[in-house]
Amino acid sequence: MKALPLIVLLPFLGAMLPPWAVTAGRLRSAWVTGAVALAAIALLVAPGLSVMLQGETLLWQMDWFPALGLSLGFRLDGLALLFALMILVIGLLVILYARWYLAEQDPMGRFYAYLLLFMGSMLGLVMSENLIQMLMFWELTSISSFLLISYWRQREDARRGARIALAVTGGGGLALLGGILLLGEMVGSYDLSVILASGELIHAHPLYVPALVLILLGVFTKSAQFPFHFWLPHAMAAPTPVSAYLHSATMVKAGVFLLARLFPALSGSEAWTWLVAPTGMATLLLGAYTALFKHDLKGLLAYSTISHLGLITLLFGIGTPLAAVAGVFHIMNHATFKASLFMAAGIIDHEAGTRDMRRLAGLWRFMPQTGLLAMIAAAAMAGVPLLNGFLSKEMFFEKTVYMATFEESTWLLPVLATIAGALAVAYSLRFIHDVFFNGMPADLPRTPHEPSRWMRVPVEVLVVICVAVGILPSLTFGPLLAVAAGAALQAPLPDYSLKVWHGFTPALGMSAIALLGGLLIYSVRRPLFRWHDRLLGQVDARWVFEQLERSLFWSSRVLDRLIHRASLQYMLAVLLGATLVMLMLGFWQMPLTGSVALTPLDPVSAAAALCLAVGAVGTVVLHRQRWTALVMLSVVGLIVALIFVKFSAPDLALTQLSVEMVTIVLLLLALHFLPWTTPRESSLPRKLRDGALAITGGGLTATLTWAVLTRPYESISHWFLDNSVPGGGGTNVVNVILVDFRGFDTLGEITVLAIAAVGIYMMMRDLHLDSPKVDQEGRPWSSDRHPLILATFSRLLLPLALMVAVFILLRGHNLPGGGFIAGLIIAVALVMQYLANGIAWTQPRLSGELHPLIGLGLLTATATGLGSLYFGYPFLTSAHDHVHLPFLGDAELATAMLFDLGVMMVVIGITVVILVRLGSIGAAHRRTLLPKNGERH
Amino acid sequence: MEGLIAAIIGLLTACGIYLVLRARTFPVVMGLTLLSYAVNLFLFVMGRLNIGVPAIIEPDRAQYADPLPQALVLTAIVIGFGMTAFVVVLALRARADLGNDHVDGKDP
Repeated sequence: MKALPLIVLLPFLGAMLPPWAVTAGRLRSAWVTGAVALAAIALLVAPGLSVMLQGETLLWQMDWFPALGLSLGFRLDGLALLFALMILVIGLLVILYARWYLAEQDPMGRFYAYLLLFMGSMLGLVMSENLIQMLMFWELTSISSFLLISYWRQREDARRGARIALAVTGGGGLALLGGILLLGEMVGSYDLSVILASGELIHAHPLYVPALVLILLGVFTKSAQFPFHFWLPHAMAAPTPVSAYLHSATMVKAGVFLLARLFPALSGSEAWTWLVAPTGMATLLLGAYTALFKHDLKGLLAYSTISHLGLITLLFGIGTPLAAVAGVFHIMNHATFKASLFMAAGIIDHEAGTRDMRRLAGLWRFMPQTGLLAMIAAAAMAGVPLLNGFLSKEMFFEKTVYMATFEESTWLLPVLATIAGALAVAYSLRFIHDVFFNGMPADLPRTPHEPSRWMRVPVEVLVVICVAVGILPSLTFGPLLAVAAGAALQAPLPDYSLKVWHGFTPALGMSAIALLGGLLIYSVRRPLFRWHDRLLGQVDARWVFEQLERSLFWSSRVLDRLIHRASLQYMLAVLLGATLVMLMLGFWQMPLTGSVALTPLDPVSAAAALCLAVGAVGTVVLHRQRWTALVMLSVVGLIVALIFVKFSAPDLALTQLSVEMVTIVLLLLALHFLPWTTPRESSLPRKLRDGALAITGGGLTATLTWAVLTRPYESISHWFLDNSVPGGGGTNVVNVILVDFRGFDTLGEITVLAIAAVGIYMMMRDLHLDSPKVDQEGRPWSSDRHPLILATFSRLLLPLALMVAVFILLRGHNLPGGGFIAGLIIAVALVMQYLANGIAWTQPRLSGELHPLIGLGLLTATATGLGSLYFGYPFLTSAHDHVHLPFLGDAELATAMLFDLGVMMVVIGITVVILVRLGSIGAAHRRTLLPKNGERH
Repeated sequence: MEGLIAAIIGLLTACGIYLVLRARTFPVVMGLTLLSYAVNLFLFVMGRLNIGVPAIIEPDRAQYADPLPQALVLTAIVIGFGMTAFVVVLALRARADLGNDHVDGKDP
């Protein structure tokens, strides 16, 4: 089904439109957003119908990362369809509502962009086939809801509410990731189809309980279950359309969605029942109780939402198929009546200027139509007959009674359920009576009146659904409930009947008691409020959260101060020390010497090693005399090149030699602008500490090298040796590896080099350094700036050097050489010209700057790679052939050489650009002393 | 010979570490250079010490040095140059903008 990914993708793509549309008029963005939602609904129609009518499960899958078992997959079954419909239809209503709700100064484009982002994330969440993919959308809902809650970012409470919500749901997401990974580990797949069918396997697995706990942590945080419920009331700082959408109908339902989704795989164990059901019950009671005492309309609705989410969780916790059906049914009903109530609360806030029920009263006279709508929705929330809330609540009561008869110990269940029902009646009553009746309003910020016609339409639509479902359940939600519950159970549906009248049942009695009890509670509300304020008014879970947050910040600050001192020396010492400790732990109880016979030592090697040791130690001892130390350092570099020669690595020796030259030139140039001596400033303890670190580090590295070298080893290189000639067309295996077998790596490496060059280039822009005119002993620099012999010979040498470079490049595939070395040789030859003749002389003679060469080289290398794509081979496949060249004789030519040419160009470009730019800092200074055309030798 | 190579690598590491921990940029750059010699050698000898058998295919030779660490080290040497150049220019820029060559950018 190609439409499935499109449905998810559409809101994400559409999210780019509103900020753009808003430039053409504020309300355009609302139209565009509505059009996106409508288009998504239109796309959903065809697949949705086939799910509804044929009961199919539609799948769309694409390999993404098959080695890790990851695929992109979308799934549309009954449950996903139900949620997708809720997301899109309520989303559309919210878009319409928000267009009227948002004030003139609110940036509308941003709001609708976030809303569409959220819509897409939510659709992706409910339609994901792969659980890892689902988790990504899950996190996206957290992020987009963060953006929506903090929409009024100038308000402190909005920012704080958004932060709390993100911290709690984000933390839950982390736990969920762990749970999903465990689940994938158990089943061997992240695909829902597989996981849902492996319930027994999962239950029998020892990792079942840890996975369950982690997944439930994700569910409970997202669905605001006790004790993680506190983020939801604080999220009420969001604009009311957001609350109506996210915090009643969709996002908080993501948690219970996951309960329903994984119901066949995870439910039915003791652990499930004991973890889920009590949490749901606690949340149900706590939410219903707290809702009664909230003076803020949205606060009341928030706690009521918490309570209803608890009810749904409890139903899934009970774990019987019938309870799950009731849970799905209540998800649908709650979404409709709660979204409409939030919208009604928003209208009241919008038109009366306050949401405080202590100030609101008697609005019936001013807005009877809104009042009627709110009343019906609130009655549905209270569970009054002939409305949809009544039906699912009745089913819930019935399940609790059933559980009680089934098991003696659960007699408390129906009692607590009835209490929660009574509390729900009481707070619903308060919502209506306090706002619309209860005397006359006093000192309202605005004179209330009915809202614009279209602002009420979304509420009307939802309320009509509440009534229609309440009277004719099986004709309205019936078919959708059947497919959704069927998909949640992954089993044949149990016998249930959607009817208003079931006869005189215990559940009906409980409903009656709840209605009467609610009336009673409401009638004694004044003493109740006083009692509550005295006893529990100060208790707030947020306080605990903020204490936790504060202590977390505090401890991270302490830790930070402990290990981070904004001093490179200190940080490096800590880093090195830690590394050395780990190295030592690694050596613990490990035999140092292996079994391999040693290579005999010869006197020449020993002498070379001695030179190297003198050079290295000399560099350290003389490091204050920077020029001398640099000479010492170059000795070390040369001996390293000799080591490469000795141990059969001619390519490395050539590279090391040429890099050594450019490095020393570079350091000499740099030293020109830096102090020539280092002051004595390290204290003795500091020196001792560093010395100890150095000796330990050196000792451990030497031990490690010794331990490795004396052990036998197995290498994969025989493959390269065997395939170099037949596969790569070259006998120099090192070069063939670089340009052919591992060509992609080399491409990456020259790209890194190019990036470094860009960084260097940028750092040298507007770099002002004074070029000293005399050396440190006060002698002027040599007046013979460009010695004649050097200048003459360097010019003579240039063509020779270039020829050698071409030779090295061409033979590189078969004999020591190649692009890196050829590039370095050319660079050295060019730099030599600059050194011998000066920039003023050399620059005009080279056609232009050399930095375009870097890009050209990268392009050549990449184009060579892409060329093989054109011939239908994978990226960077090399082709080679034997050709006869005039004058040069037979040659083996490979496309890899072209690649090598690219490498060479990059290397030349980078080396020359760096050195010449650095040299010209001083030259720019000197040039002002010379005639305009420059002095030409 | 193995002992000698191990000693050389150890010595280069020790000298490199000591210099890297100095307070001025230039010794740090020299220390980094020494450390890269040590690291390159270390990686290189992971293919073991082979004398007189370069990895260039010849008809009647059966033994070859391990080409893989060599290829790795070859690019490492060039990238090492890029890194050194970057750090050097960074040091120069810091000196130009901050007026000193201390690694933390402020004279003690």
